[in-house]
Amino acid sequence: MEELLEELLEAVELGKVDLKSPFPPQLRGMDGALELTVKALESGVGPQQILESALVPAMDRVGKKFSENKIFVPQMLMSAKAMGASMTQLKPFFTSGEIKTKGTFIIGTVKGDLHDIGKNLVAMMVEGAGWTVIDLGVDVPSTRYLEALSNNPGAVVALSALLTTTMVYMGEIVSDIKAQIPDAKVFIGGAPVNNDFCKKIGADFYAPDPQGVVEHLNKLAS
Amino acid sequence: MGLFAQCYSNNKFSNTLKNSNVKYKSLVITNPEDLMFGIAPNPVKTRRGLEIGGGQVYAELNFTLPVMSINENTLSEVYGHYREITEGALERALELNSKGVVLELETLLEMTKTPKIGIGIVKIMNEICEDYYQKYGLASEIRLTPNDLREFERPAKQRTSAYLEPMMELFEQGMIEGGDLLSIESTGGKEVSDEALMMCDVKGVVFALAVLGVRDMQFLWKKIVSLAIKYNKIAAGDSACGFANTAMVLAEKKYIPRVFAALVRVISVVRSIVAMEEGAIGPDKDCGYEGPFLKAITGIPISMEGKTAACAHLSPIGNIASACCDLWSNESVQNIKLLSGMAPTAYMEQLEYDARLINQALIAGTVPSHILQQLLVASDVYTDPQALILSPENVIRISKELVKGDSYVANARNGALAALDIIEEVLRSGKMKLSELETGYLPILRDELNSIPENESDFVEMMMPLIDQSKFIPAEYGL
Repeated sequence: MEELLEELLEAVELGKVDLKSPFPPQLRGMDGALELTVKALESGVGPQQILESALVPAMDRVGKKFSENKIFVPQMLMSAKAMGASMTQLKPFFTSGEIKTKGTFIIGTVKGDLHDIGKNLVAMMVEGAGWTVIDLGVDVPSTRYLEALSNNPGAVVALSALLTTTMVYMGEIVSDIKAQIPDAKVFIGGAPVNNDFCKKIGADFYAPDPQGVVEHLNKLAS
Repeated sequence: MGLFAQCYSNNKFSNTLKNSNVKYKSLVITNPEDLMFGIAPNPVKTRRGLEIGGGQVYAELNFTLPVMSINENTLSEVYGHYREITEGALERALELNSKGVVLELETLLEMTKTPKIGIGIVKIMNEICEDYYQKYGLASEIRLTPNDLREFERPAKQRTSAYLEPMMELFEQGMIEGGDLLSIESTGGKEVSDEALMMCDVKGVVFALAVLGVRDMQFLWKKIVSLAIKYNKIAAGDSACGFANTAMVLAEKKYIPRVFAALVRVISVVRSIVAMEEGAIGPDKDCGYEGPFLKAITGIPISMEGKTAACAHLSPIGNIASACCDLWSNESVQNIKLLSGMAPTAYMEQLEYDARLINQALIAGTVPSHILQQLLVASDVYTDPQALILSPENVIRISKELVKGDSYVANARNGALAALDIIEEVLRSGKMKLSELETGYLPILRDELNSIPENESDFVEMMMPLIDQSKFIPAEYGL
């Protein structure tokens, strides 16, 4: 059983989605995350154990390798895809409540801003760390953040901006959120913002990179 | 299978997929020694007398607002910033005996969505330019670059979006108020490119740039060129900033390999050259580092940015970028106070000194010009594959491959393969070193490029099932 979980962990870490997937070359022709998850469930491994002992540690290793410049984003995305393949098999257990994620993370690029590459990267890494992610997309006004928050009480909210003329909306959005839900946790990120700006607008956390977001979220979850 | 893929598999659209309007089949500049800063075979003369590419390099200053919102309540402050920027820049240029200046107004969302804001800024800037011209003889021109609003709709409606109207209104009325050089960083194909960049998917990049990007450029630049002709203005050029510069910045952050970013730059040429095919005459836009290839192929003058653009983004091509520039730019700087003065004024000075040095070399003659160019090239060329492809020799070698095919797809593939050959050659020679993490991508990229067919129809057929069709609307590209 442990061997199966170790294989699954390796498949996700190296980005082996399924049997047909040609990537990575060294695992060609071997089972991927999809088949290994099915096998694990059939062998009686609990879905929570699959999540906690294989998928989350695999993505944790991937995140560390990325932050140490040992892999590029494409490899990380392949790992995320492999994890996604595994999650398709675990989805019924999430729905039934048999397994739970660490929490819900709402993310969007603020009103007037279309830049979403960094935001997408954060969303992917947070999901890989075992959180439910709600991606609101780009050009998001405060009403949509509030709507998502009211549908997901206790969720963490993250705002992204890349322009000097759109980062100012972060302050408005934080004010709107805090006025209605004072204990809501709001993260900010993006090229023009920093920790001073975070404090100035009353947000709770600034991260310069995706890994920083994951690490802080995990602290919150623990 | 999506609806389009089903229709496509029945070959219902096969006749609409032919897109072989490739105009340039040979290079205007064939000798690397002729690819020189300040000199373009087809220089551009402007209203106030600049001759861009006519024997000297001019500064092109770019700027943006500091941290602030743009709304009814802040409009006078917004206008005040642009007045301050223009006056400060021209005053400094005058004090430094500048031979001429281009000021680029790259509009922000609100300025394009409500064109009267952008038009008002052009008017303010033009009045100051005219004042300095009349009083002191300082020639300056405004490059007007409306931002592409269409990507605010997802998926974007490239041809039918209501956003096209304010964009075109800004172009037209902005021209009337004094915008003389017309540019845009158009976004056709970006829906596919963003994901392809993150996945290091070179075929996806070719699809985004050589199929979708080319088709959108053909649509958009017909309109821009027609407006320019109507008002006797200059259709200048389009930058693949959202594609190739995004790749460069991602590589700088170590998100994607540098070798991949270098190939994206080369592939972007087949997309940006469409502006010239439709009638644009340059100077091509600063953040398009594909400019040297465009200059070699078409002979137009180009704007480039390098070390002076570190205020906006980092790059590995600080010196080599100026090797064949005709305008020298700083990408964008906020109007904030530095110890010396306002930042745009400080950047005006930096650009002027760079231009002054280059122009002194040009005045001194061919040999000194080549020595300066060689120093600019040699200081960067083997430090990064993105610098490597910009040396004049390599620009000419790659450009020959970029025009030899019968389709944009074939040209993109051939150009990228030539760039790959050059990268592998210098790695083998030991002149450039890359980590195994980088070199591991070389055979993958070569295999992927080799699998791209010659003609667009076959390539579209290959790619459609592989691409997330919820991200873009094929009909908006004439597919």
